[in-house]
Amino acid sequence: MTFKRTPLYPLYAQSSGKIVEFGGWDMPVQFSSILKEHQAVRNAVGLFDAAHMGEFFVTGADASAFLQNMVTNDVSRLHPGEVLYSPMTYDDGGTVDDLLVYCLAADQYQVVVNASNIDKDFAWLKEHTKGKQLTLTDRSEQTALLAVQGPSSQTLLQRLTDTDLSNIAYYHFTTGTVAGLPALISRTGYTGEDGFELYVDATAAPALWETLLNKGQDLGILPCGLGARDTLRLEARLPLYGHELSSEITPLEAGLGIFVKLNKESFVGQQALAEQKAAGLQRKVVGFVLTQRGIPRPGYTVSAAGQVIGHVTSGTLSPTLNQPIGLALVNAKFAAVGTPFTVDIRGKAIGAQVVKTPFYKRDH
Amino acid sequence: MSQVPENLKYTKEHEWVRVEGNTAFIGITDFAQDELGDIVFVELPEEGSLLIAEQTFGTVESVKTVSDLFAPVSGKVIQVNADLGEHPEKVNEQPYEAGWMVAVEMSDAAEANALLNAVEYQAHIVES
Repeated sequence: MTFKRTPLYPLYAQSSGKIVEFGGWDMPVQFSSILKEHQAVRNAVGLFDAAHMGEFFVTGADASAFLQNMVTNDVSRLHPGEVLYSPMTYDDGGTVDDLLVYCLAADQYQVVVNASNIDKDFAWLKEHTKGKQLTLTDRSEQTALLAVQGPSSQTLLQRLTDTDLSNIAYYHFTTGTVAGLPALISRTGYTGEDGFELYVDATAAPALWETLLNKGQDLGILPCGLGARDTLRLEARLPLYGHELSSEITPLEAGLGIFVKLNKESFVGQQALAEQKAAGLQRKVVGFVLTQRGIPRPGYTVSAAGQVIGHVTSGTLSPTLNQPIGLALVNAKFAAVGTPFTVDIRGKAIGAQVVKTPFYKRDH
Repeated sequence: MSQVPENLKYTKEHEWVRVEGNTAFIGITDFAQDELGDIVFVELPEEGSLLIAEQTFGTVESVKTVSDLFAPVSGKVIQVNADLGEHPEKVNEQPYEAGWMVAVEMSDAAEANALLNAVEYQAHIVES
């Protein structure tokens, strides 16, 4: 079996990047140390290769209405230059994927999906285009995505562009040039810090990667891998598809209710989600901390009152809090903040407690 | 390139052994710590417990994964590196020195002789 590789693969294969398989891709899990890379993003700036993510373009008179029907959040509110996060669901309310919708123009959108779901998502969307006046194209191969994340990301990026970055608000974007290369500059990210995501032509990615690392040296930039991406997103309580979200888990169960607009015009999954909400959730994704030593890992069993109540979906030792943290999908009766339960860590029942999330929120 | 000191013995599971008389000091190799990444917990047996060769005697957890420790030799644990409780990162920084894990009074010295030498271990990590 061979895995797909991003345009940056040759760069990190020859450096110290440690490569692992992730969702069908050969990706760097770390360059130096997950902890150091994590701290670089929290305190300075880090650079991520996110070129494995998928980019679709939806253009045409029906583009907006089509997306409004396909995702749970309200696409009709989007103006050109704005970005929207949304789950996308099946008829039964299970989650197809979670994605970003970029409004390029009133009849032109970019949809950014998870790497492991590119083929599945494209087929799912395609299936619903019949009779619609629109074109759906997969530009994942031609498009690379580099993420510049951390409090110093604007300082770094401003050195490489004439675009006034202070004018780009969170979840907004513009087009411009970065290091002389045409780029879509988006103030978004998956780390809980301020930062930018740069969409560029795949052929330009290696040069941009090296330029960003060189120009960011004095700011303490580090190239960061998927390991730090995971610890950062988990502290910020951002879901990861395949963990907190799946075809078996609805966005409501995952705690993403604010991105599910049940009152907008009809969308795929609306009825099932409305019914689930009306009936009351049977299970919920909750944040927890361990009250004893250990690290909760995905799949570990969660118990309370002598019975299994769910499982861990994500977990780590929080580098910022220096405490074991995790998310678990549990019986809703045990979802209230403060509820104690135990996590089965290799045969030992380790104490845990439901806490408010996010685990980390930036103060700047 | 991982360090593989010549004076040590090794297992295929990436533990090292330093034999001093009848005592075996045990830890994990430079290759192992590098593969695991930042180590945040090391769970070790108590002094006086018995290790059986090739059976697990503890775990080492890094940010990204958890790995079992396999006993290279059999015997009684006579000393545990208590520093690792507070400073597990020593396993990353100095896997062969400050990062040692347990000292064992060997019950069968022949077990240590049967382990991989540095050249054989080097060849093993190149393969894996």
